[in-house]
Amino acid sequence: MAFQQERVDTSPKISDEVKKTTCYMCACRCGIRVHLKDGEVRYIEGNPDHPVNKGVLCGKGSSGIMQHLSPARLTNPLKRIGERGSGDYEEISWDEALETATRWMGDIRKDDPRKLAFFTGRDQSQSLTAFWATKFGTLNHAAHGGFCSVNMAAAGLYTIGGSFWEFGEPDWENTRYFMMFGVAEDHDSNPIKTGLGQIKGRENTKFVSINPVRTGYSAIADEWVGIRPGTDGLFVMALIHELIKAQKVDLDFLVRYTNAPWLVREDPGHAEHGLFLRDENGNPLAWDRDSDGPVNALLPEISPALGGLFTLPDGSKARPSFEIMANRYLEPQYSANEVEDRTGVPADTIRRLAAELAHAAFEQEIELDIEWTDWAGRKHDKMIGRPVAMHAMRGISAHSNGFHTCRAIHVLQMLLGSIDCPGGFRYKPPFPRPCPPGPKPVGKPEHIKANEAMPGPPLGFTTGPEDLLVDAEGNPCRIDKGFSWEHPVSSHGLMHMVIHNAWAADPYPVDTLFLYMANMAWNSSMNTKGTMEMLTDIDEESGEYKIPHIIYSDAYASEMTYYADLILPDTSYLERWDCISLLDRPISTAHGPADSIRHPIVDPGRNVRPFQDVLIDLGARLGLPGFTKDDGTALYPGGYSDYIVNHERLPGIGPLAGWRGEDGESFGRGAVNPKQLEQYIENGGFWQHHLPESQQYYKHANKDYLEFAEHMGFIPKAEQVIMQLYSEPMQKFKLAAEGHGDVQPPENLRERIRNYFDPLPIWYQPIEESMVDLEEYPIHAITQRPMAMYHSWGAQNAWLRQIHGYNRLCMSRDLAREIGVGDDDWVYVESHNGRIKCQVRTMSGVERNTVWTWNAIGKRRGSWNLDKDAAEGEKGFLLNHLISELLPEETGGRRMSNSDPVTGQAAWFDLRVKISKAEAGAGQSEPQFEPLHRVPGEMDRPKDVRFGEEFLPKGSWRRKQS
Amino acid sequence: MHPAYSVIIFTSSSGAGYGLLIWLALARLTGAWNLSPVVAVGACLVALALVTAGLLSSTFHLGHPERAWRAMTQWRSSWLSREGVVAVLTYPAALVFTVGWFWGSISESQMTAAAAITLVLSLITVYCTSMIYASLKTIPRWSNGFVSPLYLVFALASGGLLFAVTLGVAGLADLTTIILLFFVVSIAWIVKWYYWRFIDSAKAESDTGTATGLGHLGTVTQLEAPHTSENYLLKEMGYQVAQKHAVVLRRYCLVMGMFLPLFLLLAAGMASGISHVICLLLAMICGFLGIIMERWLFFAEAKHVVTLFYGRSV
Amino acid sequence: MTMLPKSTKKKLGLVTDLDICVGCHACAVNCKEWNTGGHSAPLTDLDAYAKDPNGVWFNRVHVYETDDGQNSRTVNFPRSCLHCEQPDCVTVCPTGASYKREEDGIVLVDAEKCIGCKLCSWACAYGAREYDETDGIMKKCTLCIDRIYNENLEESERQPACVITCPTRARHFGDLGDPESDISKLVEKRGGFQLMPETGYEPVNRYLPPRPRKTRVGDTGAMARLEAAEDSKPSSDFFSWLDKKLSR
Ligand SMILES: Nc1nc2c(c(=O)[nH]1)N[C@H]1C(S)=C(S)[C@@H](COP(=O)(O)OP(=O)(O)OC[C@H]3O[C@@H](n4cnc5c(=O)[nH]c(N)nc54)[C@H](O)[C@@H]3O)O[C@H]1N2
Ligand SMILES: Nc1nc2c(c(=O)[nH]1)N[C@H]1C(S)=C(S)[C@@H](COP(=O)(O)OP(=O)(O)OC[C@H]3O[C@@H](n4cnc5c(=O)[nH]c(N)nc54)[C@H](O)[C@@H]3O)O[C@H]1N2
Ligand code: SF4
Ligand code: SF4
Ligand code: SF4
Ligand code: SF4
Ligand code: SF4
Ligand SMILES: [Mo]
Repeated sequence: MAFQQERVDTSPKISDEVKKTTCYMCACRCGIRVHLKDGEVRYIEGNPDHPVNKGVLCGKGSSGIMQHLSPARLTNPLKRIGERGSGDYEEISWDEALETATRWMGDIRKDDPRKLAFFTGRDQSQSLTAFWATKFGTLNHAAHGGFCSVNMAAAGLYTIGGSFWEFGEPDWENTRYFMMFGVAEDHDSNPIKTGLGQIKGRENTKFVSINPVRTGYSAIADEWVGIRPGTDGLFVMALIHELIKAQKVDLDFLVRYTNAPWLVREDPGHAEHGLFLRDENGNPLAWDRDSDGPVNALLPEISPALGGLFTLPDGSKARPSFEIMANRYLEPQYSANEVEDRTGVPADTIRRLAAELAHAAFEQEIELDIEWTDWAGRKHDKMIGRPVAMHAMRGISAHSNGFHTCRAIHVLQMLLGSIDCPGGFRYKPPFPRPCPPGPKPVGKPEHIKANEAMPGPPLGFTTGPEDLLVDAEGNPCRIDKGFSWEHPVSSHGLMHMVIHNAWAADPYPVDTLFLYMANMAWNSSMNTKGTMEMLTDIDEESGEYKIPHIIYSDAYASEMTYYADLILPDTSYLERWDCISLLDRPISTAHGPADSIRHPIVDPGRNVRPFQDVLIDLGARLGLPGFTKDDGTALYPGGYSDYIVNHERLPGIGPLAGWRGEDGESFGRGAVNPKQLEQYIENGGFWQHHLPESQQYYKHANKDYLEFAEHMGFIPKAEQVIMQLYSEPMQKFKLAAEGHGDVQPPENLRERIRNYFDPLPIWYQPIEESMVDLEEYPIHAITQRPMAMYHSWGAQNAWLRQIHGYNRLCMSRDLAREIGVGDDDWVYVESHNGRIKCQVRTMSGVERNTVWTWNAIGKRRGSWNLDKDAAEGEKGFLLNHLISELLPEETGGRRMSNSDPVTGQAAWFDLRVKISKAEAGAGQSEPQFEPLHRVPGEMDRPKDVRFGEEFLPKGSWRRKQS
Repeated sequence: MHPAYSVIIFTSSSGAGYGLLIWLALARLTGAWNLSPVVAVGACLVALALVTAGLLSSTFHLGHPERAWRAMTQWRSSWLSREGVVAVLTYPAALVFTVGWFWGSISESQMTAAAAITLVLSLITVYCTSMIYASLKTIPRWSNGFVSPLYLVFALASGGLLFAVTLGVAGLADLTTIILLFFVVSIAWIVKWYYWRFIDSAKAESDTGTATGLGHLGTVTQLEAPHTSENYLLKEMGYQVAQKHAVVLRRYCLVMGMFLPLFLLLAAGMASGISHVICLLLAMICGFLGIIMERWLFFAEAKHVVTLFYGRSV
Repeated sequence: MTMLPKSTKKKLGLVTDLDICVGCHACAVNCKEWNTGGHSAPLTDLDAYAKDPNGVWFNRVHVYETDDGQNSRTVNFPRSCLHCEQPDCVTVCPTGASYKREEDGIVLVDAEKCIGCKLCSWACAYGAREYDETDGIMKKCTLCIDRIYNENLEESERQPACVITCPTRARHFGDLGDPESDISKLVEKRGGFQLMPETGYEPVNRYLPPRPRKTRVGDTGAMARLEAAEDSKPSSDFFSWLDKKLSR
């Protein structure tokens, strides 16, 4: 029979309609085009015009449809009727749900607003949630930053006025040398990948990855440095040592843009020892060579000294901070040879890398013929670039020494003169901001009043002891002990301590724990097993739960939902309004500020409501200022979209910067524009302003940019942002600990403050490591983000769970041999906090004494509407059971939080473990818990998924279910 | 490779059927055994039944049996297609050959022709079946010179054992016949034994290094498979029987498929009357079981190069 | 047809850059997303929420390690149909369902002809054929035939889903039959190679090898170490180099 080649329809109609919105399969917030066919989502692709992803879409984003159709979606408000954790709920109406919440919180507000602890996880509306907490009057609010990466944020904002995380980015186009510390994925998921692709394509550019594990990004690095966890600080200081010794330092940059020349008082024992000398107007002083005397260090045209001991008219002695720094890092303890053993990086490698950095920065200097005007109004005809870019994330931040280590990296960048210059690290507007930026945290005893709002937002930046939120005895005011002497610079709070402290009524009990978008009963808690017990623990006397009320908003049947007394079911990201605001965590790029929205693409078809609508509604029901009119009626009856358009933080400045003014003629500042959202939608769901060439670099000292930033409300005044090589706030805390000033730490914390606070970056052994017996716990255990899974919430995703259905404990073959195990063998992993059982995979690309696994793959059996015998529960596991929220007992029995003593950042990666072979034949990971059962309203899960057949031509035999 | 029962039945049952047809045709052509029409027709029907059973089992394991006819169309390139075509062509010849035993209106010469055609087509069909496997470059343990001879001799052996039963029933299983079969069965297993030696010694042309083209960077090991969950490829192509099990199973094969039948043949040679027939019957049954095991191993021991991407070796 | 075309007018295919691929699975998932509603819809997922989910995917990403010592490397490795020039997956097909297009060399399965005998998947050396139990037919990478010619898409978007979505731009699409095409030049320049050439299937797709590492002295033009300046001993008087007049 003659062969007939099939007639293929090569131009099928893809969709009836394409809607442009913002992805939320992770926090990167890429632009997406959603194709709708017969009212159903057919295909989600990257939006080529979008500043963040420029058309690409990652694996998570590409699986959005399966998230949207997940059988784990909640469908109704739920009220607990059984024991907490039992999953026994009954469906209730929204009215009942909101009335209940209003009653609980109303009573609290009348009595003591602090008794409401409102904490949020993957929250992308932090400016709303923080505003709400402020108006409610509770200081006990924070988003997830404390357990995420506050070390990066704080170190950056206190040092260079910007930060890594997603607040800055390498100059991908121009850099010649890119050094990346401890990044597996990061929030800038797609931009980093695109950037790496770009620089890998350039023969003349080198990409170095500092990471104990060689996977993902590190796999394509031109050089992988398999460092020992927690030792990057030493490594960086050794690089600094080499550079200073060779005098390969950009002195002009330091003098112009940093506080290197500022004079530091040298008078040990004096109350102001180590602080900057200032003139009567509070300006810092430098020593001017021309006049051979002190001058206002902020003036242009002076020629300040960077070295020397100077005596001032009043007799006080002082040195430029640069010299203090140089002397510090020239000490032999920071030489390559000295740090070699601790870091596991050969001294020769360190020296070579230092040489390569200097070579890239100083021999490969780039010049762009772009005119610009500096802060002092002086014109320059070109922009000089030192093409060394750096980026760092949780590998640095998730250690208890992360703040100082991150500061050390910034110092290194400053010495190389590679901040916001062509080829270097670049700020994303609204950054840079003064370092540290205002405002101060609010929540001192006098700020908290029944039935009243707080005078300002609970989170902020402390600049010295007087800014701490402590009572007269120096005890913490916040439930998470943020901004207390335990963690004076905890700019993002300590979400990981909330449940423990509320349970322990330390410093005081709370009545209601109000959580949003955080799986605190599982992967986002340290000591998960313990946390579950605290959530269900009952108080002997009262017979009540130690945490009396828990309200939780989730969109899916996560582990945490099972511990809520009241569940407020949210929509999916394709079903609601959202606002990615410059007041929050914007999507700007170095090329200019940007913000974006999400808008309802499809109808939920379930009895769920967007959390932001609910929050605004609750605000109105509670009669909170800012959410009610004077007549007591709702200020934003239209819900979140109403708020997004009409709310103003400052006159003319609202959640969205684009299309402001009556008819959208202006941006940044401008009257409310009723058509604003339509205009966003027309533009693809985002707004972006392209900075003119002349404002692209040196934003910290670029007159035109600074004026623009002031106009936009990014910074209070168009003044130069001076980078803080030497950090005075740190010294102020140290001085207090040494007995100076009116506000001093309680005795039992003096030494801690003295040890961990220093105006210059220091390195100390990660605290857990320094407390446990390293003979007994010789191994480092860390996690990595899998690129194709977002924390816990990808497990319900029919596509992604095929890729990461369970995780393994990966270790070097050497270590495996030593333990006597091989691939697939089961092992016990023990820390001072507990024991887990899991399966091994051997590899070569990992530091000899480090083991790692993918984060958040293990699930509690029965959760997320998965089969009870799903691999996620049977074989998957969490390291979190081993990671304690508390450090081991000190002599005297005290147990401090397992966090960075400066910022309170959760020290996930300080974990030390021992590993032993588990008996053979054991086929299940441990610990295991009672399998959860479905909550009411959760749909039946289909056996097979045949998504897509409905898009076949009508009448096709392949259309079976539809 | 996954040892699916459908293919095991298909190859062994149809093999035996065609084998028996071949022996019957030989009987007719050589006249060495003068079978009574009743016995001959009975045997022919048994042969056709086995062939049909085999073809049906392979058809019903298709995703779309109703489309099976399409499998006839690509004989120019596909051995599976060829097998289908020849199998179908064999039917008319075999039917004529069958009815010819008693239906007068089929002349002697026509009957001879039918026998000859049946014999040739049966051989070709078995050969085509063998080539379905032997032509797969992706499975070194199949794409070699042993596979076609194996299929042929095993067809003759299994068919032969059936033929022996037939003769036994008719009281025609004389010593020469039994000795002849003794050799056929022995040869089949000797070939198989050499096949086993071959696959055990043959060293792989491909490894994960050549599969991925990364060999020049050193030995290539898989750190992570694409998915933690199994997939069609691994279930179908990744099936593995542990070498130590294989060795044991091979022994069972030899005992069941070779030693027992041979012993029983000899026993039959000595015995007479009903015990003679019973021995032949048992020989046939053991032979069949042996061959089914052999087929199971044929698949289970076959390694597919796609597994190289999953860090295995072939 | 299952007799392979003597020659094809074009040799459309993919090139994957192993030097850049970070193994993010975007190509695999986006492929799944596009194709499950496309020409071969659906890409069924069996037991989607159960113990052993098992789905049809046209593109799968492996991670390999090479060597175990000092120069060990990690290589991420996406695998999909290579649209071979002489593939047995086509010739073994008894029905003609499996065929190679004369116009562009794309290897496809005709869903209306396939009887689901699985033989083509046995014949494929590269694991590119995926059997859909619920439909009883074989499915495979279509090279996004419903995208690359699709007039409903902008010119620039007439590319395979996996190529468009790749965040690192490690994937390229084009005519490997035309030596003048960008993609052919790329292969030329980077020494692109075929997988398992010993099959004789002559894959059209090519892979670009990982580039050598830059871990040796001089790789960037820098010296082995920096020369310590002789006046650099830690003491306040050493900073003579700081006497260089600096201006703010
Ligand atoms: N061992 C270890 N543990 C870690 C980390 C680690 O590296 N190692 N990383 C830590 C870090 S940095 C972080 S940020 C945390 C993250 O941990 P979490 O903040 O808990 O993040 P998820 O696990 O994604 O949980 C978010 C919750 O939000 C729900 N959700 C998803 N979409 C929506 C929605 O649209 N609306 C609502 N209301 N809810 C939704 C999900 O169902 C899930 O229950 O994990 C921390 N835990
Ligand atoms: N796909 C995906 N993307 C995500 C997330 C997700 O869950 N999935 N989560 C988002 C969130 S909340 C966050 S906070 C970001 C975090 O993004 P990342 O900062 O990439 O967080 P991790 O994946 O924990 O990566 C930590 C890396 O540091 C390495 N590391 C550990 N200890 C050290 C050390 O001491 N020194 C050095 N140099 N390296 C070390 C680890 O090996 C790992 O590669 O990712 C965001 N993006
Ligand atoms: S990185 Fe991926 S998941 Fe995150 S927003 Fe972008 S596309 Fe969505
Ligand atoms: S999308 Fe690109 S980078 Fe990611 S796995 Fe595929 S080819 Fe590699
Ligand atoms: S890769 Fe496999 S399926 Fe694709 S053409 Fe080659 S042989 Fe055929
Ligand atoms: S499964 Fe379909 S395409 Fe593959 S060989 Fe059989 S009939 Fe041809
Ligand atoms: S070309 Fe299309 S079908 Fe083939 S792998 Fe890429 S996306 Fe999938
Ligand atoms: Mo995070």
